[in-house]
Amino acid sequence: MSHPPVPPPPALLYCHCQYAQVVSPEVKAAVLKKLCESDLPFEAVPDLCELSARRDPSLKRLAAAGPVKIAACFPRAVKWLFAAADAPLPLGATEVLNMRTRSTDEVLASLFSPELRPNLPEGKVTAADAPASAGASADVNHPPS
Amino acid sequence: MALHDLPLRVVLYEGSGAESVDAESRWAAMNALLERGFAVTRAGAERPVSPADATPMLVVARWQQPPPDSADAKVRWGSLDPATVAEQAEAARAEFSSPTPGAWRPWFPVIDYDRCTNCMQCLSFCLFGVYGVDPEKRIQVQNNDNCKTNCPACSRVCPEAAIMFPKYKAGPINGDVVSDSDLNREKMKIDISSLLGGDVYSLLRDRSERARSRFGKERDSDKALAERQKCLNKLASLAADIPAEVLMSLPSPEEIARKAAEASAKAQSALADQSPRTAPTT
Ligand code: SF4
Ligand code: SF4
Repeated sequence: MSHPPVPPPPALLYCHCQYAQVVSPEVKAAVLKKLCESDLPFEAVPDLCELSARRDPSLKRLAAAGPVKIAACFPRAVKWLFAAADAPLPLGATEVLNMRTRSTDEVLASLFSPELRPNLPEGKVTAADAPASAGASADVNHPPS
Repeated sequence: MALHDLPLRVVLYEGSGAESVDAESRWAAMNALLERGFAVTRAGAERPVSPADATPMLVVARWQQPPPDSADAKVRWGSLDPATVAEQAEAARAEFSSPTPGAWRPWFPVIDYDRCTNCMQCLSFCLFGVYGVDPEKRIQVQNNDNCKTNCPACSRVCPEAAIMFPKYKAGPINGDVVSDSDLNREKMKIDISSLLGGDVYSLLRDRSERARSRFGKERDSDKALAERQKCLNKLASLAADIPAEVLMSLPSPEEIARKAAEASAKAQSALADQSPRTAPTT
């Protein structure tokens, strides 16, 4: 009997948010340190916003790498930063870990967990729809305490 | 700054032919590179990283033998030494004429097309030509380096809270989830500005006109400046987040009138041409 192919582990991408102080320096430093200690391959970018503004081709590369976990900021922002560079992230295979709102431990636990929990907001949402359900990511940004 | 040049990619290599590196040195090298604005890949077999492409690369390692001769003109080899790695990257960047990282602070609007209804209010509002439309008449951010640093004013006029500035301090402009109350607040702002005379730019124009006729008589440039400042403060109170430097760098009232008319015409023409909404989804 043949087994279904095992999906590749998600790629890891870390954003250093270099050109603004919106991510706590402590969280950034701790996440980067643990990644460096982990022996896992990963990508690190100085500032996703700058890459998006530049329509940097590396975003296409990163978006095309398959399932991915991204340590950065709000999933809605990350989704549209990639889209603005014509590099849409795979909706069902991207988990964004918000270093602006989550603790270092929470970010690290999700980053190194074998499970991928996709959380990009999906689909059209306007005032005519139901704004309260706008973010599939609401619980991810603000997990219940 | 040329926004489309290819940036340098630095690869930390610890595979065959190179020593593996202790975690502390790896972190120090990585951190030094990121702080100087370089993208870094830590390559390895356990997980995918993004493949090589046309981007120029500097591959740094603790080589056990001389690195291979580079057949690829876009690849340079270096040493994985945390103390010098950023300088090596800087030299490679200069050699490839890659863009200088950090030359421009990345402050620009990002449109959430899940929310956008293509109403063109942002295009009519922005005087700096940041917005435009694509061939299908969809709103688009076209000149993001024209955007005024720290000015999130256009996000305030968007009725759908669809405009984000990811580096802004608060939600939903920073990308946080949009709530009902956010939408109501945005609507109210627009109502206030229309009550005060159409839009904030016509308000600015009118006040400047009045001020100008008075200055004509008084020939007092200090008072002219004071009146312009007063007028700008009024504008600032309508969109409390607009930094004073941005307000002071606004063009002359005549120029504002011209640009506002141009932007509005562009928006009207895009709206007129609009067939059923075609905002992209991903
Ligand atoms: S994507 Fe988020 S974390 Fe990354 S640079 Fe932009 S604001 Fe900072
Ligand atoms: S104002 Fe908002 S909804 Fe209207 S076109 Fe601009 S981004 Fe889209």
